[in-house]
Amino acid sequence: MSSDVRFTDFKSDKQPTWCPGCGDFGTMNGMMKALAETGNDPDNTFIVAGIGCSGKIGTYMRSYALHGVHGRALPVGTGVKLANPDLEVMVAGGDGDGYSIGAGHFVHAVRRNVDMTYIVMDNRIYGLTKGQASPTSRSDFETSTTPEGPQQPPVNPLALALASGATFIAQSFSTDAQRHAEIVREAIEHDGFGFVNVFSPCVTFNDVDTYDYFRDNLVDVAEEGHDPTDYDAAKNKILDASKEYQGVIWQSEKSIPYGEKHGLDTNTSEIDEGAPEGAMDLVREFY
Amino acid sequence: MAFRRLFFGPEVPLSHMPADFNWAIGGEAGDGIDSTGKIFAQALSRAGRHVFTSKDFASRIRGGYTAYKVRTAVDPVQSVVDRLDVLIALTPRTIEENLDELHEGSVIIYDGERTTMENVEIPEGMIGLDVPLKRLAEEAGGAIMRNVVALGAACEVSDFPIENLDSALEKRFGSKGQSLVDNNKEAARAGRDYVAAEYGHEFEYELETTDSDYVLLNGDEAIGMGAIAAGCKFYAGYPITPATDVMEYLTGRIEQFGGHVVQAEDELSAINIALGAARAGARSMTATSGPGIDLMAETFGLVATSETPLVVVDVMRSGPSTGMPTKQEQGDLNMMLYGGHGEIPRFVLGPTSISECFWKTVEAFNLAEKYQTPVYIAADLAMAVTEQTFPPEAFDMDEVEIDRGKVVDEESIGEWQNEKGQFKPHALTEDGVSPRAFPGTDGGVHMSTGLEHDELGRRTEDTEMRVEQVDKRARKVETARAEEDLSPREFGDEDSENLVISWGSNEGAMTEAIQFLDEEGIDVRFLSVPYLFPRPDLTEAVETAENVVVVECNATGQFADVVEHDTLSRVDRVNKYDGVRFKADELAGEIKAALQEADQ
Repeated sequence: MSSDVRFTDFKSDKQPTWCPGCGDFGTMNGMMKALAETGNDPDNTFIVAGIGCSGKIGTYMRSYALHGVHGRALPVGTGVKLANPDLEVMVAGGDGDGYSIGAGHFVHAVRRNVDMTYIVMDNRIYGLTKGQASPTSRSDFETSTTPEGPQQPPVNPLALALASGATFIAQSFSTDAQRHAEIVREAIEHDGFGFVNVFSPCVTFNDVDTYDYFRDNLVDVAEEGHDPTDYDAAKNKILDASKEYQGVIWQSEKSIPYGEKHGLDTNTSEIDEGAPEGAMDLVREFY
Repeated sequence: MAFRRLFFGPEVPLSHMPADFNWAIGGEAGDGIDSTGKIFAQALSRAGRHVFTSKDFASRIRGGYTAYKVRTAVDPVQSVVDRLDVLIALTPRTIEENLDELHEGSVIIYDGERTTMENVEIPEGMIGLDVPLKRLAEEAGGAIMRNVVALGAACEVSDFPIENLDSALEKRFGSKGQSLVDNNKEAARAGRDYVAAEYGHEFEYELETTDSDYVLLNGDEAIGMGAIAAGCKFYAGYPITPATDVMEYLTGRIEQFGGHVVQAEDELSAINIALGAARAGARSMTATSGPGIDLMAETFGLVATSETPLVVVDVMRSGPSTGMPTKQEQGDLNMMLYGGHGEIPRFVLGPTSISECFWKTVEAFNLAEKYQTPVYIAADLAMAVTEQTFPPEAFDMDEVEIDRGKVVDEESIGEWQNEKGQFKPHALTEDGVSPRAFPGTDGGVHMSTGLEHDELGRRTEDTEMRVEQVDKRARKVETARAEEDLSPREFGDEDSENLVISWGSNEGAMTEAIQFLDEEGIDVRFLSVPYLFPRPDLTEAVETAENVVVVECNATGQFADVVEHDTLSRVDRVNKYDGVRFKADELAGEIKAALQEADQ
């Protein structure tokens, strides 16, 4: 780890194929900036990416990475971090990956509180499959598979996280570059599961949740003097459907990461050249 | 091809009485059957006798019939037989369930003071010992020791010195205080003395003891111990019968060797957590049964295309769907050989005995890392929940070898970088195996993906690279065929014209069946196949035999299909899919019938 790491060191030589203007560009830049600012370098960073437009991020960033199966990015990140706590682990995916096919894993990853960062690029649409409703789409949002809208309330991911016992809940807007990078940085620095839902607009298939919409409706909780360690205040913000909030909304002061609870502090990739010392005791136990 | 009905007739005479002794305790689930049976098995093992146990159990916590059976002899035993000499029956149903196995002279120990047992009828020719188990237990300190009173009674019947029971009671209850141990010892003696005083009968059994020291363990435990021996540092799983014992074994033990167990929210997560740990460089494993394998199939292809070493244990039970969760079957072979969309290079190892569960697990980790592929361990319920005695040398930890394959470090990584200094995790190599850099290695930064990719691990749809990567991954299997010893285990008469082939836990019953058949004047050559993919070429063995019978616990003959495919020959099949493992004497009858049919 060197102090002269720049955020461009986290950029691969592969040009993104995201649509021009896609919110994911800004989301990724903020992630790279935050990683560099927190003293990480590509050799000790592991990115796990989901499936969808957002899942391509592992290719466009430079670090150790795995681009896995749809919806299972969080379990992979969990295994990486617990097996080698020296690595900085960041999991990134979309709203479909995290709140639909992977919703079950989201709940349990939150509960487990492994010390890693989870970035959800929430564009409220399925972009890669060309515009179907996502779990965060509005109930009247018309798409090819929901001509009259989903007719179901959208998932409130922050509320889902809070109800699951989250220790860090934040939301950011990909185009507000500085704030987004700051918020991701706080998520990285959090001791535990740092969850950031990033408004990352789809310019091709979502004409409702646009840059303009978020610019007009976004309220930064920091400007309101919000105290993220105040659970009730956080709960009220999270359940307030009348506004879109940006900032660190909830951070528990009592967070103890999973690895610390279980005494996992060693890189387990090194093993003995034969059976570990004392293994014969295991046999004797069966006498 | 004939599908054979099981439950053979009297072709193999029951007069064949080897020097073994068959004992069982049965009652309702929740009656403490399992722990009582285990105490008796442990006592026999500690007295230098070989033991083979089996369980009839239901998955309900309470309310179902359950039994724990022990077969014991001075010589090794590795199967069950269709005979029961002494039965402790806590319920009338226990007697009903075992009528076929009980014989003239069998002893049934029961408590006639128990309401449900008051009017129990002892079948004709059998010896019923009415012992007030509960009353004697209360006198010794508590009704809960009822089963231990029965164990004492069984000691008297089988002329087995009760001191041997003491050491097992100490092992079982020692951590809970000496007074509990003493009470249990007293309860056992009360049972023994009651039988001696009230019946004074000369029973025909005599359990001789020896100076040998044996260990007693089941297949799930052997797999867990094998994992620790192999340096496994990470296990993620979701509880499922009959694989849960693997997870329970590792929990509390693997930590002592620097490892960790995660209980995942489901099997989708379990295999992905295990995969993540393997990507980080840990030796990593998950274990499940058929329903979990279905879910894990989703990620199996990713494990293979990202070339991640991962060990996946399938402890098979009756399927499909929820099937019979506590019953034996070898029905997942096709799933393990072919499961997952697309074409996935893999290993499928099938341990054939409890000690082999240990060694095949060690080997699975080496193969997984050497070839950077997923490795299935195909175990089955009959070996997983069965305990067997072994001399401790059967698990000699000094014999464990570790092969981590092509791991590169900061110094050697240069050979595997392109001109831009980028590491090639999927480099095209002659043997199909690429270099592996653990995360954290300077200069090794790379990604991998379930998408088709180039040597750098980046998505590609280039037709040439696609073919090269598919071929490269397939070459690993070819390399293994050339480099690894995939031989079957051979038993019986190698010159016999009768060839029997099986896989998995049938080996124990079949090796004993050879002795039964020998007494009938039938010789067989028996090949027990532990490598299911890649697997040995059996063509010559099949072609030189006159009759070929493939034995397995499934309805369609999944391995027989594979043998026919490989050897381009038709084979006869003996299939059992009633949920119960083969018994040695029963299997001998089946083989005999199959051979007779083939000769007609």
